[in-house]
Amino acid sequence: MSIPLHLRSDEVFVLNLGPQHPATHGVLRVKLTMDGEYIVKAEPVLGYIHRMHEKMAEGGTFAQFMPNTARMDYLHALAFNHGWALVVEKAAGIEVPERAEYIRVITVELNRIASHLLWWAAFLLDLGGFTPLLYAFDDREKILDLLERITGSRLTYCYMRFGGVLNDIDDEFITGTREFIKRLRSRLPRQYHDLVTHNIILIKRIKDIGFVSAEQCRRYGATGPVARGSGISYDVRKNEPYSVYPEFDFEVPVFSEGDSMARYMVRMHEIEQSMRIIEQALDKLPSGPVMGKAPKLLKPDAGYYFSAVETARGLLGHRLVCDGDKNPYKLKLRSPTFSNLSLFGEVAEGMLLADALAFMGSLDLVIPEIDR
Amino acid sequence: MNQYWTDIIHGGKSLLTGLAITAREFFSPVVTEQYPYEVPTMTPLFRGHTELIGNEETGLPNCVVCGACPRACPSNCITLEGKKAENGKGRVLTRYILDFSKCSLCGLCVESCKFNALRFSKDYNLVSFNKDDFVYMDLIKRLEDQNRCKK
Repeated sequence: MSIPLHLRSDEVFVLNLGPQHPATHGVLRVKLTMDGEYIVKAEPVLGYIHRMHEKMAEGGTFAQFMPNTARMDYLHALAFNHGWALVVEKAAGIEVPERAEYIRVITVELNRIASHLLWWAAFLLDLGGFTPLLYAFDDREKILDLLERITGSRLTYCYMRFGGVLNDIDDEFITGTREFIKRLRSRLPRQYHDLVTHNIILIKRIKDIGFVSAEQCRRYGATGPVARGSGISYDVRKNEPYSVYPEFDFEVPVFSEGDSMARYMVRMHEIEQSMRIIEQALDKLPSGPVMGKAPKLLKPDAGYYFSAVETARGLLGHRLVCDGDKNPYKLKLRSPTFSNLSLFGEVAEGMLLADALAFMGSLDLVIPEIDR
Repeated sequence: MNQYWTDIIHGGKSLLTGLAITAREFFSPVVTEQYPYEVPTMTPLFRGHTELIGNEETGLPNCVVCGACPRACPSNCITLEGKKAENGKGRVLTRYILDFSKCSLCGLCVESCKFNALRFSKDYNLVSFNKDDFVYMDLIKRLEDQNRCKK
């Protein structure tokens, strides 16, 4: 997109969007060079909540880093738990019982739905709609109650352990989850699609706005719903399966339009696919222990290890270097939102400010995960 | 011109759908918890701050001062001291300070305890005007208060 010729002027001015601004979630600063209402150049500035999580990993044992993983992506904390557990299990050669794997999948997918619901609510709040937030939080509350029952916390979970999970799930959780899925299925068409997806205001705000091409996604390394909204069918759960995902029948929603609407639709379809995975996992749930044999103090062999998981925002990679000690030698995280945000500068050029904010909302940014 | 009328019809439909949903929600039951009048029941696994478990008969802490919990803690928020028991067997706890302002409630200390001496409390509404109440949380005093309440 470019600025219409008759609206161009010689004068530009700099506008700081953030670090504290109601339209940016978390503390993200975007330095905008503006020509009237049009953006000439957009430059995201990071580092306001950098907390050295990767360095903190080097200072403690492997188990001591588990609480930190939940503080990065607080909306899909269980996927971060899962990624860290996977890479350490790979390094130390720990076997995970099958029941624990199923419980991991169930809780991660529930958390994914909660994350998408919160994104939906916050995105519409950015666009100026308040009521959808209350409907989404009503449903999200049910998920948090379910997860609180088994994990003990509501947001920053520390539930996975090397070799399994902390607690077993009980019948009340299983029936509660089934009831929740039934409830969300009945609410999705009305409270979500009739009220919002088919609403003319939303369509006018996000359709054909914020076009991201597949080529741009590849260049910046964008993953998750951003890439899938641009026609790239890539989902770690399907392409490089981990845990017990190959045993479930689910689809990867792909939309080729590349606009904000496509990303919106990908997430709405992902909620449905996650519900399918949870139902299948609950049906197939094997019995047995939820914790395998794992030594209290881990000392993995020296070497390089890598694990990738699909979070609600895309591919999360943990690269772990061990030197045979009880602490990690080095940990590097490849977080999905960092790559997704990198797109923003290029795509926002020539956009109207209000459209750029709608586009930014559709990227689903979680700043603590970018800054770590 | 055609687009103009389509937009108006679509807009009218969106408006009516929205109003219909709002009207239906208006008569549905209230989902908000009316907090001071209704208090939430904590799930059995709820993680409040940690507290010491007392012996059922004597009421003294089960802790043997092995030091596993401060070693397991990722944020160094546990300080404990002990002395030799008077009867010469093992050690008894004399001081257990939790810095709750640093605690992230990860539960590694509770898991590391092999002597059934530590658990999560169900206390969720902690309030104070004084920061030190949380920086130096005396868990032995808390246990003594609990014992007094029991009596």
